[in-house]
Amino acid sequence: MIIAGINQAIGMAEVASEHGDMVDHFLEMVHWVMGILFIGWSAFLIYVLLRFNQKANPKARYEGITSHFSTHVEIGVVIVEVVLLLGFAFPLWAARTEGMPSGDDVLKIRAVGEQFRWSFHYAGKDGKIGLTDVSAMNSANGIGLVKQDPNAWDDFATLNELVLPLGQKVIVQVTSKDVIHGLAPIPLMTQQDAIPGREIPMWFTATKTGEWDIVCAQLCGAGHANMVATVKVLPKAEFDVWLAEQTPMFPPDAQ
Amino acid sequence: MSASTTTHDKSETGGDHHDHHNPPFWKKYLFSTDHKMIGLQYGFTALLFLAFGFFLMMVMRWSIAYPERPIPLLSELPWFQIWLDDEGKVTGELYNMFGAMHGTIMVFLGIVPLAFGAFGNYVTPLQVGAPDMAFPRLNMASYWCYFVGGVLMLISFFLPSGAAKVGWTSYSPLASMTDSNYSNIFWTGQTQWLLGMVFLITSSLLGAVNVLVTIINLRAPGLTWMRLPFFVWAMLVTGFLLLLAFPPLEVAAIMQLMDRVAGTSFYLPTDVLNNGVLMDAAGGGNPLLYQHLFWFLAHPEVYVLILPAFAIVSEIIPNNTRKPLFGYKTMVYSVMVLGFLSFIVWAHHMYMTGVGASVSTFFQTTTVLISVPSVILLTSMLISLWGGSIRFTVPMLFATAFIPMFGIGGLTGLPLAFNLIDLHLHDTYYVIGHFHYVVAPGTIFALFAGIYYWYPKQTGRMMNTFLGHLHFWPSLILMNGIFLPMFIQGMAGFHRRAFDGGKAYEQISSQVFLDGDSLVAKIFHGGEAIQMLDLNIIMSTSAWLLAISQIPFIINFFFSIRFGKKVDSDNPWDATTLEWATPTPPPHGNFAVEPVVYRGPYEYSVPGAESDFSPQNEPDAAGDTAEKEETV
Repeated sequence: MIIAGINQAIGMAEVASEHGDMVDHFLEMVHWVMGILFIGWSAFLIYVLLRFNQKANPKARYEGITSHFSTHVEIGVVIVEVVLLLGFAFPLWAARTEGMPSGDDVLKIRAVGEQFRWSFHYAGKDGKIGLTDVSAMNSANGIGLVKQDPNAWDDFATLNELVLPLGQKVIVQVTSKDVIHGLAPIPLMTQQDAIPGREIPMWFTATKTGEWDIVCAQLCGAGHANMVATVKVLPKAEFDVWLAEQTPMFPPDAQ
Repeated sequence: MSASTTTHDKSETGGDHHDHHNPPFWKKYLFSTDHKMIGLQYGFTALLFLAFGFFLMMVMRWSIAYPERPIPLLSELPWFQIWLDDEGKVTGELYNMFGAMHGTIMVFLGIVPLAFGAFGNYVTPLQVGAPDMAFPRLNMASYWCYFVGGVLMLISFFLPSGAAKVGWTSYSPLASMTDSNYSNIFWTGQTQWLLGMVFLITSSLLGAVNVLVTIINLRAPGLTWMRLPFFVWAMLVTGFLLLLAFPPLEVAAIMQLMDRVAGTSFYLPTDVLNNGVLMDAAGGGNPLLYQHLFWFLAHPEVYVLILPAFAIVSEIIPNNTRKPLFGYKTMVYSVMVLGFLSFIVWAHHMYMTGVGASVSTFFQTTTVLISVPSVILLTSMLISLWGGSIRFTVPMLFATAFIPMFGIGGLTGLPLAFNLIDLHLHDTYYVIGHFHYVVAPGTIFALFAGIYYWYPKQTGRMMNTFLGHLHFWPSLILMNGIFLPMFIQGMAGFHRRAFDGGKAYEQISSQVFLDGDSLVAKIFHGGEAIQMLDLNIIMSTSAWLLAISQIPFIINFFFSIRFGKKVDSDNPWDATTLEWATPTPPPHGNFAVEPVVYRGPYEYSVPGAESDFSPQNEPDAAGDTAEKEETV
């Protein structure tokens, strides 16, 4: 866009996901529209205050404005909103929501919130997420992986660290053990409430390597402000190395 | 307030059967059924609560700006130290408590009672030419329900658990399980909050019924629908919003109360943990049910906060421009459309709860749609200034500032409406900035305008203009000092409700806002880069200065009762609407003679008329009267 760079000036966060640029540009565009409207209205207001104050205009006009100025402004605003909705918001939102990825190349992770930390549950080598149950939860098995389920054997969980591969599609199933939390990895330009009793997917593709904060977006108790986690995007090869280094929850000798 | 009716005591005219004797003190000032006294009771109580809510916010802003420093003054109080950590710093728990109560108090105990309870009560019957509200005793009950609700909220601060601390939205399951470690769950902050809410909701319902019936049934002869001042229209719509939106919240609150005290599971899903232990609950409930019920109220509630502000501003603008309100009929239809649409936008608060793509699409559409009537209302007010002869009285200053300030609040709602952008902005400081622009420099400015405007009606004296300016200008600047940086922080990803102002998220908070070699950084920051986190200090300082800049208002408010300039007539602003046709202050029963209405509400500078205002109740010289014209 011609007006690139404005984002830094208004404090826009770094973008590190595929759809993030879309969010960023739309955000920028809407702010330009808002800026133009506000400056237009303000200019009108200032002119009117100077032109029609008691000194400058001792006698008020009963009819006030006689042109159809207001109608034009209102219709203009409606047209702009229709364009924003039909031209941008609907198609972009459809692109964001209809394309939930599927297939073998998609990395599936569960994010489990609790007061006041996140566990990230990876499927392990078999790529299948194992069963979890509240009765299996203990200090070593915070997410409650069920030993009877073979899919769970090679699963593992990280604490407060979401490690992601660069350029691979990722689905994160977000849930919570106790109260509502919110998973907000800022530069990925998406967030999702973690609601107990439900698993809600969010998906994205990371486009930049680096390490960023994950914010808890919903008030979850006294420790809410300190519920800090990080998202770490690694090149695919490094990610595979990392994956291989992790200890499964139920290694073969424990099965 | 002065009870003297010496200048215009019309009690012996016999037009009013209430006024034959002087009621005892308690009946006159405490258990009054007079809508004006109830309005004043509402006003005083609400102003005190606003001040208290402001105080809570100042404590929070200390914690946000200086999380590593002990809180001044409060850390000296021995009884307060249980809420602070060993070094006297604000804890997350205290911050959450003050945050929840700041929201609750400002919305339910401050602005709604001041806007709808005080102005709605005081002005509406006067403007429709009624002797009182339709149901005076119900009106009294409404105030006392509000009072009890307020007392319960205040008491909860002194319970062992402290007051509610799960946000003004009180989301389950956190709200269902909070304070469950206290032996008596009934005497905990959250339970008392719910009980308090039941009283407050009941109060609003009683008030709403009263205002609706008064407007519909008690209008003076000749006061047809399209001759109603816009104020009355806005109050009518506000009344409908309260009447239809509050019952779901009452239900929601009672269900949450049952979850807390009676072991039900309306909002508790199966296998939910409480403090790491499996909760003893049947489960099967749904946390989202609460959110739907809550926001079904709370979005119309936003318009309950803003419509009275529109109402007040639309009275003050024609009066001070000396010309009719532009597009009166369009505004009336817009406010009705606005009221209707406000019931179908609630789920835009829930985009992050997984409501589904098509549901989100529906709600983003309705949310964008609702901006159309809002734009029409604001544009009409703006264009009303054109061709006027504007006198910048203190109420007019506040009313004029309302337009661009509310404009910012409204415009910043636009990006939040879009699902895609909301993925980034949801629950950030951008949202805080947005709704505070709507209610703080928006609604509160309008309420101040209303106080300055109607003050002489009750007291017979004007408020001081110099002190008014001393109140207005710093307030205008400081309001922006508090809320404008919030948009920038929100963009950067600062989320709300963090007691340390986002410091724990080091990467986000250390993002550079202004480079070290920029002029501002050189002057104010010793050539060091200004980071996002540093904006907290600007905002907090503005907030504390804003408190100081309210002092002229407080002085003005009390001193003018005794020492203000006396009004030279019952209609000091040369206004047209009926409240100025009453004696000053209006006696019990309001009007000396039952008013008859001959024309529309804003007939200023009518061509050919003798003066630049033609009151609604003055017959035309030419003799063509109301009956001829229309009988809508």
